[in-house]
Amino acid sequence: MEASATTVRGDRSVLERSPLGRLPDRLLKWGLTALAVLILLLIAYFFIRLIGESTTSINTFGLSFLFRNDWDASRNIYHGAALVIGTLVTSGIALMIGVPVAVAAALFLTELCPRRARPALGMLVDLLAAVPSVVYGLWGVFVLGPKLEPVERWFANTFSFIPWIGGGASAITPGNYFIAGLILAIMILPIVSAISREVIATVPSENKEAALALGATRWEMIRMAVLPYARPGITGGAMLGLGRAIGETIAVVLVIGDAPTLGHHIFSQGYTLASVIANEFGEAANVKIHASALFEAGLVLFILTLIINVIARWFVNRGARSMRAARGGSAAPGGDVMVAAQAAGVGGAE
Amino acid sequence: MSSGGMSLSRLPEISARRRRTDKVMRASLLVGTVIALIPLVLIIYYLIYKGLGTWNKNFFTTDPNGNFFGNHGGIRSAIVGTLEIVCLATLIAVPAGIGVAVWLTEYGKQSWFASLVRYFVDVMTGVPSIVFGLFIYIVLVISHTGGSGFAAWKGALAVTLLMLPIVIRSAEVVLLLVPNNLREAALALGAPRWRVITRVVLPTSLSGLITGSLLAVARGMGETAPLLFTVSTAFVLTGNLNTQMNTLPVQIYNDIKSPEPSIVARAWGAALTLVALVLILNVIARLIARRSRLG
Repeated sequence: MEASATTVRGDRSVLERSPLGRLPDRLLKWGLTALAVLILLLIAYFFIRLIGESTTSINTFGLSFLFRNDWDASRNIYHGAALVIGTLVTSGIALMIGVPVAVAAALFLTELCPRRARPALGMLVDLLAAVPSVVYGLWGVFVLGPKLEPVERWFANTFSFIPWIGGGASAITPGNYFIAGLILAIMILPIVSAISREVIATVPSENKEAALALGATRWEMIRMAVLPYARPGITGGAMLGLGRAIGETIAVVLVIGDAPTLGHHIFSQGYTLASVIANEFGEAANVKIHASALFEAGLVLFILTLIINVIARWFVNRGARSMRAARGGSAAPGGDVMVAAQAAGVGGAE
Repeated sequence: MSSGGMSLSRLPEISARRRRTDKVMRASLLVGTVIALIPLVLIIYYLIYKGLGTWNKNFFTTDPNGNFFGNHGGIRSAIVGTLEIVCLATLIAVPAGIGVAVWLTEYGKQSWFASLVRYFVDVMTGVPSIVFGLFIYIVLVISHTGGSGFAAWKGALAVTLLMLPIVIRSAEVVLLLVPNNLREAALALGAPRWRVITRVVLPTSLSGLITGSLLAVARGMGETAPLLFTVSTAFVLTGNLNTQMNTLPVQIYNDIKSPEPSIVARAWGAALTLVALVLILNVIARLIARRSRLG
């Protein structure tokens, strides 16, 4: 065929585009590639600058920044164990309350709910993610906190023998770890539920039908056919929720009481890594070591959420892979479960 | 079917215990779902109950004035400031995000570098927004870039960072849904790659792209933490993006901490406004998604 093609100047076939005609194509390709590179470089640059601004604090306090409990701005001592523990306690409470509810809702919506009601109910759960965190804070301070106080009082009195839970009603403060954890539980509900729903929806219907055909009840079908398959994905979703809970700032700063001390039980006031930054940032602006300590808190937060997200993604992708393998290798369109959840509008945390 | 010799009814009955477990578990899953829906109902109820009363003409047409006694002013500058910052962030994040998504689906595909980009974009979605605020604070605010410390455009950049991963990943999903036949048909007709992208791929997935972008905008609109460190706050209405600016989330945050009940009431009114804006964007996004030709 090569002989039949007419050539123009420059020994180029007429069917080929002129160098000028190919220019927009190249521009677009390299422009878009540059954009992708730029975004990666920007994140790396920001990260390095954050480390740079934290060095004063890292050099001064070393590891005791994380492991010693003495945070006192008046003496310029910043040992943030209370913040780290506050972060872990509030996120732990959030997971313990939020994950079972989210998974129950996901199972109900995918397996039990009448088909016609599914999209509407699913959308309502997703809408929780649309409420800004400052609004959660507002609601927590003026509605949930006051309404729950009698309950907390009763609980602390009744179970005062359990360490860390009941310290007696006298020790209850209006803002405390429990309220912060409860608000966080509500805030992570939509993402855990959305990812669980996506994962559960990918369980092969053959397995479910087989379980039912063998005489399993609905619940037995869920327990034996659905949950084992969906477990890695649900674990990943819960970890993503954990990442959200750890990084949440504004709602927590409003309801946790903001005391840089280590509370003795879950109804005492405290601090988290994120909330200390938001609260002390104004006064720290002119004190170099204080600002640096807050940047280090941000750095710890950043690294912590990175690690959790990496692990979570590994879980979710492993779940998706085993699911695909079970289906005989045919990749689901779009593949990634995370993506679907994000497309459902459940992205970002504050 | 009872007339059949080998009737199904010969199967052993499900025991009472299994039946009971089934009922109990199904009921508890239902209860879990109801519990999951309660917070949304309660929050919306209280927003309307406490916020609607503050809504009047004055509320939307005056700026907050910082007075503790007497007339505190409304939320006009906060609404306008939020819209300005979100518009600027959208103008950067949506084209850039869709650009990266196009690169991922049309050029990068399964290459190692595309996987790397995809991975980091995923990781970015999990980064707390306060960290984005700190990034911009360190890089642009401390250094007084542009002649001022806190500035609206810096806040817009922080919100952009936050919106980018959401736009990229949601756009990639819809771009992947465009059938390859369409691309191949256009290429076979002699269209260059860029025309295939601008005339075939993007228009086909338009509604999906709009949905993803609107959801990202809704997300960016309600963020407080990044704005605290980058825009700070102000009272007056301004169109100058190089100064401090009032925004809805930050005004709500500041009003919550006031001991004066009528200022707290303004926070409820502002919160109702903010949630209304965000929910409207969400509902529009979902309606567009439902009408989409793809998926």
